[in-house]
Amino acid sequence: MKNAIHHEVSSELLKHLGLEFYSDNGKGKDCSTLNERLVKNGKLVDSLEAAIKKSGLKDGMTISFHHHFRNGDYILNMVLDTLAKMGFKNLTVASSSLSTAHAPLIEHIKSGVVTKIESSGMRDDLADAISHGLMKEPVIFRSHGGRASAIANGSLHIDVAFLGAPSSDVVGNASGVYTNPEGKSICGSLGYAKVDARYADKAIILTDNVVPFPNSPASIPATDVDYVVKVEALGDSSKISSGATRFTKNPRDLLIAEAAAKVIQESGYFTDGFSIQTGSGGAALAVTRFISEEMVKRNIKARFALGGITGQIVKLYEEGLIGKILDVQGFDTIAAESLINNADHIEVDGNQYASPFNEGSAIHQLDVVILSALEVDVNFNVNVLTGSDGVIRGAIGGHPDTASKAALTVLVSPLIRGRIPCILDRVNTLVTPGSVCDVLVTDQGIAVNPNRPEVKERLLKAGLKVTTIEALKESAEKVVGKPDPLQFTDKVVAVVTHPDGRVLDVIHEVKA
Amino acid sequence: MELISKGRAGTLESGDICVVVEKTDDAGIVIDLDSSVASLFGREIKEVIKKTVNDHGFKGGVKVTATDKGALNCTIEARVTAALYRAAESTEFSWK
Amino acid sequence: MATKQRLRRTMMFIPGNNPGMMRDAHIYGSDSIMFDLEDAVSMAEKDAARLLVFNAIKTIDYGDTEVVVRINPLNTPYGKADIEAMVVAGAHVLRMPKTETAEDITECEAYIAEMEKKHGIPVGKTLMMAAIEGALGVINAYKIATASDRLIGIAIGAEDYCANLKANRTKSGIELQLARETIVVAARAAGIDALDTVFSDVNDEEQLIYEATLVKEMGFDGKSVINPRQIGPVHKVFAPTEKEIEKAKRIIAALKEAEAKGSGVISLNGKMVDRPVVIRAERTIELAIASGVLLPEEVE
Repeated sequence: MKNAIHHEVSSELLKHLGLEFYSDNGKGKDCSTLNERLVKNGKLVDSLEAAIKKSGLKDGMTISFHHHFRNGDYILNMVLDTLAKMGFKNLTVASSSLSTAHAPLIEHIKSGVVTKIESSGMRDDLADAISHGLMKEPVIFRSHGGRASAIANGSLHIDVAFLGAPSSDVVGNASGVYTNPEGKSICGSLGYAKVDARYADKAIILTDNVVPFPNSPASIPATDVDYVVKVEALGDSSKISSGATRFTKNPRDLLIAEAAAKVIQESGYFTDGFSIQTGSGGAALAVTRFISEEMVKRNIKARFALGGITGQIVKLYEEGLIGKILDVQGFDTIAAESLINNADHIEVDGNQYASPFNEGSAIHQLDVVILSALEVDVNFNVNVLTGSDGVIRGAIGGHPDTASKAALTVLVSPLIRGRIPCILDRVNTLVTPGSVCDVLVTDQGIAVNPNRPEVKERLLKAGLKVTTIEALKESAEKVVGKPDPLQFTDKVVAVVTHPDGRVLDVIHEVKA
Repeated sequence: MELISKGRAGTLESGDICVVVEKTDDAGIVIDLDSSVASLFGREIKEVIKKTVNDHGFKGGVKVTATDKGALNCTIEARVTAALYRAAESTEFSWK
Repeated sequence: MATKQRLRRTMMFIPGNNPGMMRDAHIYGSDSIMFDLEDAVSMAEKDAARLLVFNAIKTIDYGDTEVVVRINPLNTPYGKADIEAMVVAGAHVLRMPKTETAEDITECEAYIAEMEKKHGIPVGKTLMMAAIEGALGVINAYKIATASDRLIGIAIGAEDYCANLKANRTKSGIELQLARETIVVAARAAGIDALDTVFSDVNDEEQLIYEATLVKEMGFDGKSVINPRQIGPVHKVFAPTEKEIEKAKRIIAALKEAEAKGSGVISLNGKMVDRPVVIRAERTIELAIASGVLLPEEVE
């Protein structure tokens, strides 16, 4: 074959190299202006239905969602309702997590639209139904780092990702924040969604706020996006992110928080330039209030704070106590807006946050993590997924990821919740193995894992009272009595995976 | 002590148990329990209720309807006792 | 164990009809907890509350926290049953509300002794606290404070007292000045504790600290609180200063030196140190350790 400048290109050569011969399609260059192009070439599709058709989604495929809209999410229900109407069946829903807003999934499971679920957790009606045997296939529970790395290495393959974004331009640069006044549903970091967009075969952005090209800052680059659909509303913005997260006023939580702060201060990890992660509510968040007072006294600054970010962390950053914020998920509008306004408030995706396989992920650089627990056993194993009645009611989140990499893992929990002892002989579901959990702080005592004798020494030397976890368990039992064991059937309704993808535990159906 | 009317004690607040005690034709002690911790402590709560009723001299003929919000055994005993004495319209209590 | 001499910086009020609050009232670190069978409980619920508190005290381990019960006055249908129940349960201290005369105390003490005898409990085991809540009580403060060996302290109850005085509660506390001063003086003359009234606005920490500071400077031993959040600030006010701690340490060192020498005379800087000064120094050290400003090892 001869090319345009009369060079001979042989077909054998092409075959040998596995390449094709170039030919002009004869259409000529597109000479329309940028504005004209954005109108005619953009990935904007008229309707969700049209986008689904274009995506090539078929029965039996895997679809994904993020949970950055928390209890306010409309997207998952909206998409599934549409898919149900279009007649799809046997889909796997792989959402980064599921909330109380997703109860409508129950109907889609009953009608066969959805036959498998993967998630970090689930709550209320949906969780209750699944715990009572609603699904044939077990749910696969993954931690945040576990899910992100599974998507990246292909063990969780996403066919079509449906990702809500508070702002997007017509070619798909999508973001969890916006700077235009028309924006309605700011959520902050889209850390989990970024991974889906990057690795899914097809990614559909759903937005209520189409902004001019180029949308910046863009969490999700246009090159990861296939279609953009404009919708009326992404969710209930008051439930997506409300004003500012307040510190708890609950005296028990404050008691726990104050004790946990003292533990961290005397642990040996409270030095200038340390790194820290904490939960978003209750005692865990309140720890930062007490620690910050001590940080000022001792002139200690944190090199970075990691994780789900609240306005309280932003406040410490703005007071100069935290150097940088690595944000995988925003919990309130202050955190969301800080992402736009503060140069050292950085969005990270699920793998940058917590990939278990790559030392570059932020959890590998953590000194201290403060984590809540529903149940802890005498070997320091933790359950954050199932309740005292054996029913699924929580989420793994980043619990085992952070616990396994942080130099010091501090668990916070009341000794008793109502009449339920929080320390048991054996937890009902193994989410985080005890070998990585270092200190348990309750409202009635502190226990240190025997595999951290140096930490116990430091606490005792500083005058803190340290007891054993067995003693804590006994004091709980003395007050509430010893609970009867839970009754389950043989049916497995869910598996719990370790961040590295291997199965840690199984959850059985609760006996009615 | 004889049960004259329906005796009520307790509230639906967390940590409390709301108890109604009344006479019944049944030969035994009938316990109707609704508890927020039924799967873990339901059996024990019923035992405590039964023992308390027995300790105050009743072998049977008593119905106890209880709505429990995670009360400890000492609270359950106190509420059932109060309800029994209110049902018996008696204040002749012996402290031990 | 009930002891007459102990820290009483804070006493937390717990309504006697709230089982949810009763079970772990002691975890927040107040020196005492007080279960209220009186004003917090309606008449219809007096019987039930008495049973709740009785059972709680008998069953729950409150650790080192002093357990106080505010009973109904003897001249109500409830007082006697309250006393009997709480004596049997083993409450450390019974608080008599609205104490006006020494006879109020002696009558109460007599019935307590009768109940102790009836139930085979060592007579004298149950201690008492008198709450003065009216003008007559203030006038009789010293007589009340010395009316019984069982008394560990006298307290002022501001709400009823001000109503009795037909005065309003103010920020400065001027309406309580005489009552507070009288109670401190009477308590000291009788060798027992002086305890201040509650401040019920949980959100106004500034005023709480002002009141606690005022009464500390007047010589009070502690203040009643109604919410765990009030405990920390009040303890901070009652914590000894560094100067006081240093002085106390020196006195204790001098005491140890004297004991080592086998001498009965303690001397510091060439001056003799009296027994009351030593007791006060020991109290200061105890307070310092309890306030977390001193480690036990530092006084070895």
